[in-house]
Amino acid sequence: MINAVNSKLDAELEGRTGQKVRACYQCKKCSAGCPVAFAMDLLPHEVMKMISYGQRERLLASSTIWLCASCETCTTRCPNEIDIAGVMDGLRHIAIESGVEPSEREVGMMHRSFLGGIKLLGRTNEPFLIGGYKAMTGNLFDDMGLGAVMFFKRKIKILPRTVKNRRAVRRVFKRTRKMEV
Amino acid sequence: MTDLTFSYFPGCSQSGSAEEFGLSTEAVCRALGIELAELPDWNCCGASSAHMTDDLLSIALPGRNLAIAREEGKDMLTVCAMCYSRMKIAQARILGDEAVAREVEEVVGADPRFRGEVRHLLDVLVNDVAFPEIRKWLRLPLAGLRAVPYYGCLLVRPPEVCCCDSVENPTDLDRLLALLGVDVRPWSFKTDCCGGSLSLSRTDIVEKMVNKLLTRAEEAGANCVVTACPMCAANLEMRQKPGKLTFKVLHKLPVLYFTELLGLAMGLSGVEEWMKSHIIDPMPLMRETKLLSH
Repeated sequence: MINAVNSKLDAELEGRTGQKVRACYQCKKCSAGCPVAFAMDLLPHEVMKMISYGQRERLLASSTIWLCASCETCTTRCPNEIDIAGVMDGLRHIAIESGVEPSEREVGMMHRSFLGGIKLLGRTNEPFLIGGYKAMTGNLFDDMGLGAVMFFKRKIKILPRTVKNRRAVRRVFKRTRKMEV
Repeated sequence: MTDLTFSYFPGCSQSGSAEEFGLSTEAVCRALGIELAELPDWNCCGASSAHMTDDLLSIALPGRNLAIAREEGKDMLTVCAMCYSRMKIAQARILGDEAVAREVEEVVGADPRFRGEVRHLLDVLVNDVAFPEIRKWLRLPLAGLRAVPYYGCLLVRPPEVCCCDSVENPTDLDRLLALLGVDVRPWSFKTDCCGGSLSLSRTDIVEKMVNKLLTRAEEAGANCVVTACPMCAANLEMRQKPGKLTFKVLHKLPVLYFTELLGLAMGLSGVEEWMKSHIIDPMPLMRETKLLSH
């Protein structure tokens, strides 16, 4: 039932992030200042309310949790000192661990490609990141012209920069990994 | 004067898409007597993708760097706003909660309890080197440049771990630019988000955010944007033009790193080389203002 308070998700998020979402009194300051609000399917204050109502499935399937850019404007302005950006992280983590595919498919693939590059080389290399992302999404021709400009402006290096102790970085991924990268 | 010797964490962008940021940082630090010893075998901080997908990973990736910094025994200097933010947040979590520290230690295989300071170059310039000392090194007043200072998100938020003088209206970068002779234009978008890591995956959203920022910068009378973050710079430069064939207005507003302008004002060599790495070519502006001749 949607009109019944259900503290289960609230409690789960508090366990993960230390944030008490139930302190939210719906002033909507988070949504008013959110620079990505125009593209979201649920506004940040709606996310807060829906957490209190235990609307787990709708939240995990939302675009909002993947579009939040973690700029932390909401976190900084919340009068009840709720780290709202941290709560968004918590929702993303729950979605990944519950096997809910990101409703923003490309955003999920970007993260996978980004982390895959670090796991492999220890450092972020633009050709690996962009190449990996294009291979996953199949959007091969987006930004082609930009790629050429970046190459000529020396923003894309052919030789990858890596850490020497790659085993140490792989160990970090092996012992923390929850998302397949 | 305070000790200006640091373990330097260059960050991935500064040898890739933001090469001019890395080169100008090293040149400026050398000239001002800030000693940088590159952190041995550092790794990527994980940026947005780590903290958005896995909490422990987002602490452990910077945690490995903190463990190395602990061995080195010096304070750590960063220039990338994102590296700075991730390093500071990881350090606060590790030192603030022994259970987290133990967990990260187990994951990394080394002690991550780095008790030195993690600093951003802008903070060191404003608060340690300080303006009277910087003023001594200035050779060329940057007259003709009308800049909006763009701090972005991660240099100022969250304020508990960040360094700027104010979270809603920081002035550190404003005052540094004014010292260099730049006409600093007032605007309300100093700390507004550029869209960050959505650049590749939701280019449409980032284009909207960037074009709003650039329109506001132009309304403020700016002929360039000055930033301290390679992600902001990349988005502002790459997403000025629409990604696909449309008839939208092009801004062509140059985006520069504060270290490039400091180097230019100090008369350092190499400035022309740094300027070549920009997607929006700043040379027409430099010629128009007679700050660089060729």
